[in-house]
Amino acid sequence: MAKPKFAVYWAASCGGCEIAFLDIREKILDFDAAADLVFCPCIMDTKYKDIEAMADGEIDVTLFNGGIRNEENLHIARLLRQKSKTLVAFGSCASEGCIPGLANLTTREEILDYVYHRSPSVEPGNDVVPQMVTDTPEGRLTLPAMHEVLKPLDQVVDVDYRMTGCPPVAEQIWAVAEAALTGKLPPKGSLVGVNPKTVCDECKRTKEEKKIKSFRRPHLVDPRSIDPQKCLLEQGIICNGPAIHAGCGALCPQVNLGCRGCYGPAEGIQDVGAKLAGAIGSIIDSDDPAEIEKIVAEIVDPVGTFYRFGLAGSLVGRRLK
Amino acid sequence: MKTITIDPITRLEGHGKISIFLDDAGNVANAYLQVPELRGFEQFCVGRPVEEMPRITTRICGVCPEAHMMASAKACDAVYHIDLPRTARMLRELLYVIFYVTDHATHFYALGGPDFVMGPDAPAAQRNILGVVHKVGVEIGRKVIGMRGACHELIKMMGGKAVHPIGAMPGGMSKGLSREERDEVVKVGKEAVEFGKFSIGLFNQIVLGNKAYVDLILSDSFTHRTYNMGLVDEHNHVNFYDGDVRVTGPDGAEHAKFKPADYLEYIVEHVEPWSYLKFPVLRKIGWQGLVDGPESGIYKATPLSRLNVSDGMATPLANEEHDRMYKTLGGKPVHQTLATHWARLIELLYAAERWIELAGDPEITGPEHRVVPDKTPDEGVAVVEAPRGTLFHHYKTDKNGIVQEANLIVGTTNNNGAINLSVKKAATDFIKNGEVNDGVLNIVEMAFRAYDPCFGCATHAWPGQAPMHVRVYDHGGTLVRDLKR
Repeated sequence: MAKPKFAVYWAASCGGCEIAFLDIREKILDFDAAADLVFCPCIMDTKYKDIEAMADGEIDVTLFNGGIRNEENLHIARLLRQKSKTLVAFGSCASEGCIPGLANLTTREEILDYVYHRSPSVEPGNDVVPQMVTDTPEGRLTLPAMHEVLKPLDQVVDVDYRMTGCPPVAEQIWAVAEAALTGKLPPKGSLVGVNPKTVCDECKRTKEEKKIKSFRRPHLVDPRSIDPQKCLLEQGIICNGPAIHAGCGALCPQVNLGCRGCYGPAEGIQDVGAKLAGAIGSIIDSDDPAEIEKIVAEIVDPVGTFYRFGLAGSLVGRRLK
Repeated sequence: MKTITIDPITRLEGHGKISIFLDDAGNVANAYLQVPELRGFEQFCVGRPVEEMPRITTRICGVCPEAHMMASAKACDAVYHIDLPRTARMLRELLYVIFYVTDHATHFYALGGPDFVMGPDAPAAQRNILGVVHKVGVEIGRKVIGMRGACHELIKMMGGKAVHPIGAMPGGMSKGLSREERDEVVKVGKEAVEFGKFSIGLFNQIVLGNKAYVDLILSDSFTHRTYNMGLVDEHNHVNFYDGDVRVTGPDGAEHAKFKPADYLEYIVEHVEPWSYLKFPVLRKIGWQGLVDGPESGIYKATPLSRLNVSDGMATPLANEEHDRMYKTLGGKPVHQTLATHWARLIELLYAAERWIELAGDPEITGPEHRVVPDKTPDEGVAVVEAPRGTLFHHYKTDKNGIVQEANLIVGTTNNNGAINLSVKKAATDFIKNGEVNDGVLNIVEMAFRAYDPCFGCATHAWPGQAPMHVRVYDHGGTLVRDLKR
C-alpha cells in the first residue's frame, strides 16, 4: 500500500511550526518510514508545479500554518484545500491569527507608512513604496498585494481540524500525526492536539481563592517576592490561564511568567478577550467603584494582553474605524 | 475583499522570488530577488507594554526567536537604563550560545549542507535532510537530531519554551539556574563541543576534500567585495550577545566601530519599488545601486562577515579553526560567499566552547537573575548578532513604558543588497545562451543559501529557505522559461 502523503506549508507565519515539527526528533525517522512528506518548503526542494499537477485530494493531510496576509497566501490556501483530503489549520496563526493578527489593530496603510516613510532608518525623504507592478528596463516585476487585515485559515477555506499552540508542542504534534497515520482522527471540525479543560488545570501552582487588590507588571515585581508555588494570578500577575485551552503543559507559569493564551480559548468560549476581561474583572476584591477603576487601570494593555493570540479570530477581529 | 491585479504566474508558494531577464543573445541582462511579504510588526507593537516586547517580537521568526527575545530584552534594559547583574547577563548569553549551536546545526545539516553532501545538481527529491541521512548514515542523523533536541530541551528549561522562549525580560531572566540544572547544561555542553569538532571534520571531508567544491567556493561567480559588519567584544573578538558594531571595508580596514545606540548615524535603509524588503547601506556612502566595491554602501552581515571584522575568536579551538580558514583562503577579509558555510561551523564550535565557559562560572547559579528597574523608561537601542546577521531593536516609550515607536533592522535585511548581487552574478555566470536547467537553478539558489537568509525575519514574515520561482525572459520581455521549486 502506498504511504499516505503529507504536506507542511507556511503562509504568513514565522517558521516556528516547522521547527516544532522537527522537534519530534527521532520520531521524524518513524514519520519518514510511515508517510511521504511531499511538500515542505522549509526543508525540501519540492517543486510547486508538482503540487499543481497533483489530482484533487491527492495529498492525504496538509498541516497549514500561518495566517492569510496577502494574495499569495490566499491562492495557496485555496490550492492546498483542493489538493488535500484533510486540511489542518496548524498552529495559532492558521487557527486564530496569533500575534501577527495584532496587525488588525492597525491598518495596512499605517504599516506601509511606518516601514517606508516614518521609520528613522529609512532614507530621508523617501517616497518609494513597493508596487504591485514595476517596469524595469529589462522587464516587468510584480509583487502580491497585501490584504487589509490578517485572517485565520478557516475564514478563507473550509478547514477540517484546528490545532492551536504557538507553536504546538512537539508531543501534541506527534500525537496528531500518529492519529492521522492510523486513521484515528476525531470527527471533522474537532480541535486536535489539546488536553481537556484549561491551562490552570495543567498548572502545578497551587490555587486558592482569587481576590486581587492590585495588578503588577511582571518586570516590576521583585523576583524574590514571587512565590514559586502559588498561582501567579493570585499574586497579582496577569495570567490568561483560566480561559485558555490546556495542551501545552502550562509552560509559561513554570518560569514565573503568566500565560498569554497561545493555545486558544478553552471549550465553550466564543470570544477569548471578552471571557478573560470578565474572568479577571470578577476576581477584583472591591465594591468601591473608584477603587475598582484604579485596579482595572493597572491592566495596562487589555486588548493586546487578552487578545494576544486570538484577535483575528475573535468576534470583532479588527479595529473598527 | 479588494480585488488585486496580479499576474497568476507570480502567485507562488514562496516568500522569495527571483526574476532573471535575458538579452537577445540569451545572456543575463539583469536579475532580481524579490521579497513579497510584510507583516508589520513595528506598527502593531505601538501601544504594547515594553516588557511584553520580548514575548511579541519572537513571532517575527520561529527559527531564531531567541535572537529577537535577546535583542528585545536588551532594548528593554536600555529603555529602563538598567545595568544587568553579572549572573543575569551570563544566563542570557548562555541561553543564546546554546541556541547558536542548534541554529547553525540546522542550517548546515538541513538547509545549506544538502547541496554539498548530495551535490548541487543531485535530483531535487534527494537534496534535503532525509537525503543526507540516507547518504551519510542514520547514526549521524541521530547525532544531529539528538544535539538539536538536547539544545531545545535546555532552552525550554531556561526560557520556558523550546520554540518561542519567554525567559529574557527587562532586568534579566525570569528564573535562575539551579546547581542541578547547571550540571545538566555542562554535560550537554561537553557533547556540543564534540559535535562542533565533528561537524568541522565532516566539512573538511565532504567539502574541502572535494576539489570541485573548493574551486566553486573560490570562483569569481561567488565572490563580492563588499563591506562587512559584526559585533565584537573589547578585544575585537566575535561576540554574539554584546559589544560594539564593527564595520570593515573590502580591503579589511576599519570603516567604523560604533555603539548600538548610534546605529542611525551609520546605517540607512533604501527602498526599491519591486521588493517589500528594504536595502540597508552604510549611511556615509549611501545607496549607489546594486554594485559592490568600496564606493558602494552595500555590506554583508553573516557568519563570514563576523569573522572578517574580528581579530579572532575568544575560545581556543574555534580560534585555531579561524586561523586555519584564513590561512587556507589567503587571509582577511574573505569575500567568497560560499566560505560562509565554513565560518558558520567555526562559530558553532565557538558557541559550544563559550557555553562551557559560561556554565562553568560559579556565579551562573547566583541569585541575581533579574533586577527591577528603578528609572523612568524612555528610549533604547540594542544589538545582538542573530545567526543571519546583526539585529537591531530600537524602542521609544512613554513614561509608563508603553511603546510609542519600534524600529527593527534584522539579520537578513542587512544582506538584501549582497544577496541580490550574489544571485545576479551566479545567474549571469551560469546561464549562457538561454540554457537553463534544474542544476543551474539550484546553483542560483546556492548563491543566496550561503547567507542562510530568513526573509521571514527580514519582512517580519518567514521563510528561511525560500521556495523559488525563476522566470527567464528574452529581451522583448517574453517569458521563455518558468521554473519553480
